[in-house]
Amino acid sequence: MVDKIETPELTGEIKIPKIEPGATSHYRPNQASEKHNNNLGFPGTRVENWQEKSIEKMDDLLSKYKSLLVYLDSCVRCGSCADKCHYFLGTKDPNNMPVARQELMRKVYRKNFTVGGSLFPVLSGAEDLTEDVMTEWYSYFHQCSQCRRCSVYCPYGIDTAEISMAAREIMDTAGIGQKYCNEILGKVMDVGNNLGLTKPALANTLEFLEEDVEEETGVPVKFPLDQEGADVLLIAPSADFFSTPHIEGFMGYAKVFHEAGISWTVSSYASEFANFGMFIGNYETMQKVATRIKDAARELKVKRVIVGECGHAWRVAYSFWNTLIGPFDFLDKKYKNPTHICEFTLELLDRDAIKVDLTANDNRVVTFHDSCNVSRGSRMGDSSGGQFEIPRKLIKKVCGNFVEMDSETIRELTFCCGGGGGLLTDELIELRVQGALPRAEALHEVMKERGVNTMAMICAICKAQFTKVLPSYGIDMEVVASLHQLVSDAIVLKGKVGV
Amino acid sequence: MAFEVNGVTYETDEDGYLANIDQWNEDAAKWLAEDEGVDMSESHWEVVNFLREYYEEYRIAPMIRILTKAIGKKLGKEKGNTKYLYELYPGGPAKQACKIAGLPKPTGCV
Repeated sequence: MVDKIETPELTGEIKIPKIEPGATSHYRPNQASEKHNNNLGFPGTRVENWQEKSIEKMDDLLSKYKSLLVYLDSCVRCGSCADKCHYFLGTKDPNNMPVARQELMRKVYRKNFTVGGSLFPVLSGAEDLTEDVMTEWYSYFHQCSQCRRCSVYCPYGIDTAEISMAAREIMDTAGIGQKYCNEILGKVMDVGNNLGLTKPALANTLEFLEEDVEEETGVPVKFPLDQEGADVLLIAPSADFFSTPHIEGFMGYAKVFHEAGISWTVSSYASEFANFGMFIGNYETMQKVATRIKDAARELKVKRVIVGECGHAWRVAYSFWNTLIGPFDFLDKKYKNPTHICEFTLELLDRDAIKVDLTANDNRVVTFHDSCNVSRGSRMGDSSGGQFEIPRKLIKKVCGNFVEMDSETIRELTFCCGGGGGLLTDELIELRVQGALPRAEALHEVMKERGVNTMAMICAICKAQFTKVLPSYGIDMEVVASLHQLVSDAIVLKGKVGV
Repeated sequence: MAFEVNGVTYETDEDGYLANIDQWNEDAAKWLAEDEGVDMSESHWEVVNFLREYYEEYRIAPMIRILTKAIGKKLGKEKGNTKYLYELYPGGPAKQACKIAGLPKPTGCV
């Protein structure tokens, strides 16, 4: 429970801590059960010859992904990355320095795949994949949120995320899976979304939202499900159907479609934008999850696919969909497929197709938290840096008071929320609280100095993580907002009662 | 994992949620609540009962907004909000209240 957690103190600056070796070596997510592993085609439990299988898999990955080989070969231990990881800053454990995390795989690589390492292991820092090393792997490769902040500072561009994805793939192949990710991926295959929200439950949820919005605004905004022939298939993270402040954002999307007069639908078959296949580094799983979306788009005969606020899923969609499930030549070529909801709404506002009343958000002073996968793993719109500019432009269109956080904590240098990469699970709550430290510092500063009371964001994980952990730092959970929640509050609905 | 109340053994998963929802009863709920440090008042039971009714029909916990609205209807409008639910269940209405109600743990970005 949150109140038992040792929360780092806010000091007013992001400090490099004095190291505490092994401070978090006991942090380990729950292991997946036999059923959860089998669902994804992995061995149910750890296989007898797990070392051999792991090295075989590493060999396979090294031959498939030249990038991995380059990353393992090219580190010169310059230390540029050492103080860039939010988990290191928050936990003080030196194994959470990206270079040390990489070293956990690099030492096994050297022993098994380099001449120097196999002949002179002690001199070259090479080691076998022993039980102890595997214990370290399971612990510390699940203390990396694959946010890639360290890679921005690396002079060689070494991507720790890719190394941690490879490590998780190797562990899954040996029958050592992580429960949170593998259970959820099984649910997507079975039910269509991470939550396990069945079609009747989804229908009930959407009906409820229709009634709720009409009650509040007097306008019959529709929330259509499985409507064949709609113009738009909207793919949202399933948390948008369940949690706060996710739902408020989802209501914003619906109001935008309503006001623009564009027909849209949610699919019960592909009711999930998130794709945890990326977190476990498994291409086939990632492809299966993504394929559901393509199949739904075809089945529902839509013209275009618009996606909701979900960070890593936007990376998968923007950067990988074309290879995974493309081409989208069956959709209307007039449109960019996929389009991010922020891009879509901003374009409507730019050409006055929808109207907003800025004063509706006068009670807010807003800052924006860049989500890691959007910032460092994708782009948005038609120009470089669009993933930073579009959300900001959109916020400024719907709210008059916008403030930036410290420049070293935003845009491509943004800090992870502390819950990304498949770590948003209760048993890792201490890690999650500690990993949120740099963001909490930067946020706290603008709250104190500039009167910020709202931090908007476009990622379901960030929203759930901050709502849970910011109270540990004395920051109210209501500070956390969906970007489209601000749109929802400001949009002028024609026929709205009382306006 | 498991716990025992009045001679009955209740199996749980590694997160402490009941392994078998059909085994749920008030004894189990009270034990789970105590374990979570939640002192069950009438309002707490309203939440638990609503969660169970909804689960009965849809096999999943309701969206938080559905829950707040239902609680607002039962306990008064001023209580139909997330803040009040967090006052009742500091560990979160979705997770802590579901656990006490014997529902499976909600998964995903929640």
